[in-house]
Amino acid sequence: MSRSLTFARGGVEPLDFKSLTSHLPIANAHIPAVAVVPLRQHAGAPAVALVSPGDRVREGMLIARADGYLSANIHSPVPGLVREAGELTMPGGGRSRTVVIECAGEFDRSGKILNRMPWEGLDAATLNALLAEMGVVGLGGEGCPVHAKYAACEGRPVETLIVNGVECEPYLTGDHRLMLEKPAEILEGASIVQKITGARAVIIAVEENKVDAVAVLREKIAEKALPFALAAVQAKYPQGEAGLLRHVLLGERAARPATPGARTIVSNVDTVFAVYEAVVWRKPLIERVVTVSGSAVVRPSNVKARIGTKIGELFDDCGGFTEPPGRIVMGGPLLGSAVVDLDTPLTKLTTGLIALNRREAAVSADHACIRCGRCIRACPWGLAPTSIVKLLKRERIAEAIEEGLNDCEECGCCAYVCPARIPLLAYFKKGKRDGRAPSRDEAS
Amino acid sequence: MMKSEKRPLAPAAAPHIAEGTGVRTVMWTVSACLAPALVWGLAQFGARAVLVAATALAGAVLTELAINAFRGKVTIGDGSAFLTGLVIGMSLPPAVPVYVPLCASVFAVAVVKHAAGGLGANWMNPAMAGRVFVLLSFPAAMRAWTAPAAIGAGGGPSLDALTGATPLGAVKTTLATVGANAVSPDAAASALRSLGGPATLLAAGHYPVTAFDAQLSAWLGGLFGVNVRPGYFDLFFGNAAGSIGEISIFLLLAGAAVLFARKIISWEIPVSLLGAFALLIWAFGGLPFHTGLFSGDVLFHLFSGGIVFCAFFIATDYVSGPLTRPGKIIFGAGVGLVAFLIRAAGVLPEGASVAIIFMNMFVPLIDRLLKPKRTAIVRERTP
Repeated sequence: MSRSLTFARGGVEPLDFKSLTSHLPIANAHIPAVAVVPLRQHAGAPAVALVSPGDRVREGMLIARADGYLSANIHSPVPGLVREAGELTMPGGGRSRTVVIECAGEFDRSGKILNRMPWEGLDAATLNALLAEMGVVGLGGEGCPVHAKYAACEGRPVETLIVNGVECEPYLTGDHRLMLEKPAEILEGASIVQKITGARAVIIAVEENKVDAVAVLREKIAEKALPFALAAVQAKYPQGEAGLLRHVLLGERAARPATPGARTIVSNVDTVFAVYEAVVWRKPLIERVVTVSGSAVVRPSNVKARIGTKIGELFDDCGGFTEPPGRIVMGGPLLGSAVVDLDTPLTKLTTGLIALNRREAAVSADHACIRCGRCIRACPWGLAPTSIVKLLKRERIAEAIEEGLNDCEECGCCAYVCPARIPLLAYFKKGKRDGRAPSRDEAS
Repeated sequence: MMKSEKRPLAPAAAPHIAEGTGVRTVMWTVSACLAPALVWGLAQFGARAVLVAATALAGAVLTELAINAFRGKVTIGDGSAFLTGLVIGMSLPPAVPVYVPLCASVFAVAVVKHAAGGLGANWMNPAMAGRVFVLLSFPAAMRAWTAPAAIGAGGGPSLDALTGATPLGAVKTTLATVGANAVSPDAAASALRSLGGPATLLAAGHYPVTAFDAQLSAWLGGLFGVNVRPGYFDLFFGNAAGSIGEISIFLLLAGAAVLFARKIISWEIPVSLLGAFALLIWAFGGLPFHTGLFSGDVLFHLFSGGIVFCAFFIATDYVSGPLTRPGKIIFGAGVGLVAFLIRAAGVLPEGASVAIIFMNMFVPLIDRLLKPKRTAIVRERTP
C-alpha cells in the first residue's frame, strides 16, 4: 500500500465525532418565523441595506447590495415584512447591522417548479457576474466572494482548480453528506467554475476515510466522462487548509507552475454546489447546510437551514440540549467562534453548530510553559509557537515577526496540544493585529 | 430533555477542544510510572530507605506548600514538586542520614525551581541539581550504600566493603587499588588485563550473585551452548546495591514503556543518550582493563548505576531540556558522553546527575542554533 497523501509534518488527529451525523441525510430545518439577516457575512465591507422597516420582501429578493471589492449581495431568505433594522455582535467579534424579516406570504421558489437554465452558452464574465449577483461566497468559513476570487485570475491564468472536499474539523459532516447526496450537482458546479476561471485541470480532494464519497464521485466522474482527477488524502487536521492542500496535491508545481504566474484556485465543495445552484437555478445564497452536533445535542443532524435562522431554533429542531452545554461553537471546534447568545443568526459562513458539554470544552488556563515542545511538533508551518508567544508576551513583536509570526495560518494545532493550556492561537491572532501584519487582501 | 433557552455562556477563544494530557496528567503519570521501581527499591533496602524516600518527598512537597503560601499562588496540584521529591528519593543511596534528602529537596524546590521563577522557568533539572548539591556538600554521607535484601542479610552497614558497595563502585575501587599496588607500569597493565572486565572482576572478588541469577545464567548458557557470566540478571532485575530507585532496570523499562505509549516521552533523548553512552563504552570501556579498543562491557554498564533511570525519567524532563527534535538528540548524546567520561575517568563511580546539569547549561544555545525549519509553502492569499 502506498503512503497516504498528506503534509510532511505537524498536524493533529483529534477524535472526530463524525459518526454522530455522517450517516444522516441532510434534513430541512424549519422556516424561521423571524429571520435576522446580518449585513456582514463575507470578508469585505458590510453590504448596504436596500430595504427599510415596513417594506414587503419576496423570497430571494435582493435586500442589501455589495459595497466594494470583497463585499457580497445579500438576499431575503424568506418572504415577509421587514420589521426592523437592528444590530448585533457577531461571534468572533465585531458588530453588524441586521435586517429583521417577519416571515409571511407566499414563497416564490420553495415548492415551486423551476426552470433549469442552460449555462453552456454563457461566457465566463457573464457567469461570474451571475455569481456576484447571487451573493455566492466561500462557504468554508473564509467568506471571500467567489466572483472576486475567480475574477482576480484575469491576466493570471489558472492552472488548477482544487475542489476541496476535505472536511478536517471534528464533528462537521455537511460537506461529506453533500458529496454523497449531490455529487452530480457538485461536478456540474466544478465545470462552471472551470469555465469561469479557465482552469486547465480540476482536482477533487476528499479524505480517504470517506470511502463512500470517494466511490460516488468516482462513479459520477466516469459516468459523465469528465476530465477531473480525484485525490484521496489522509484524514488529518488541518489537511483542508487551502495552502496545505495545494502543497500536498501539487507539491513543487504549486511553487513553480508550468506557465509562469499561473495560479491555483481552491474552492470548497459546498461553495461549488452554491455556484451550481446560482447558475443553473438562478438561486441566490439564502440557505446552507450546517452540521448541528456535539454531545450536548439530543439529535445531532445535518440540516439545510435559511440564513438568518436563530441558532437556538436550529438546536430545538435537533431536539434541544441533553444538558446545559459547556460551550456552543459556531463553526468547527478548532477554528470556530464561541457563541453566548442563542439568538445569534445562522450566516453564510456557519459550517457547524457544536454544543460541547462542560467536560469537553477546553478551558485555556495560561499556565507556565513547561517547554514540552509539542506545539513545535504540531505546527504544520514549522514554527516554534511557544518561542513566538514568549516574545509576544513581552511585546517584542518585531522579533516575533522575525521568528515567523506572520507565517501562522491560525489552524490552532499548537493550542490544541498544549498541556499548559496556553491560548497560543489567541496570542498569535492578537500579535498579528498588533504588528499590523498585512491583511489577507493586501498580501496577494 | 432540555429545551434551549437564552442564557449567557462564557465566551472563549478557539480552539474549543484540547488534547487530554495536561501538565497535571503528565507529572502524575510520570510519578505513577516510577512507583514500581521505587517500591522494589524500598523492599530491597528496607526501613532505612523508606525513611530517606519519605523525607525527600515530604521535603519537596512541604517546601512547595510553604512557597505557595508565601507567594499566594497554589501550584502544589501540578504534581511537579511531588515528582521532584520522588526522583530525589530514588536517586539517593538507601542509608544516607535524613538531612541529606531534606537538603536536596529543599534546595531543588526552593532555589532551583522557585528562585528561578517557578515551574517552566528553571534552567536546571531541580531533582538533579538537588542531588549534585548534596553530593558536593556531604560526599562521605553519599556513600551510604547497603546491600539489597536479595544478596545481603536484609541490608545494613555491617556488611563487608565489597558487598555493600555498588557494582560500579567496587569496579572502580578494585581498578585503582590494583593499579596503585603494581611495582611498574608494565606490571600494572598485566595485572589489570588479568582482571578481564567488570563482570569477571566482580566474580573474582566474590561479589554476591543470587541463586536466581546463577540458575538463569546456567540455563541460558546451556540453551545456547555458551558460557554466560553470572551477575547480569541480578543487575537487570535489581538484586544489586545502588540508589533506591535505580536498581531495577526491568521495572524502570516497564514504566518507561507506559510513558512512551502515552506519548509523554519521545524516543529522541533516551535513544541518543543510551546510544552514545553504549557506543562509547563499547569503544573505550576496555581501556582501563588494557583489553584494547572495542572491548567494553556494554551490558554491564547499561544495567548498573543510574543511566537507565536517567535516560527515561530524568533527562526527558521537558523544562530543562531542548525544544526541538534535533536539539533533543544533541542533548541526549551530550548527557551520554559526559556520563561516560565520568564513569571512565572521573573520581566518582558515575555521574548521570552531573552530566544532566552540565548539559542543561547548553540548552539555550542548542535551542538557538536548532530552531525548527519553516515549511516552504507558497501562499496564495485570496483572492
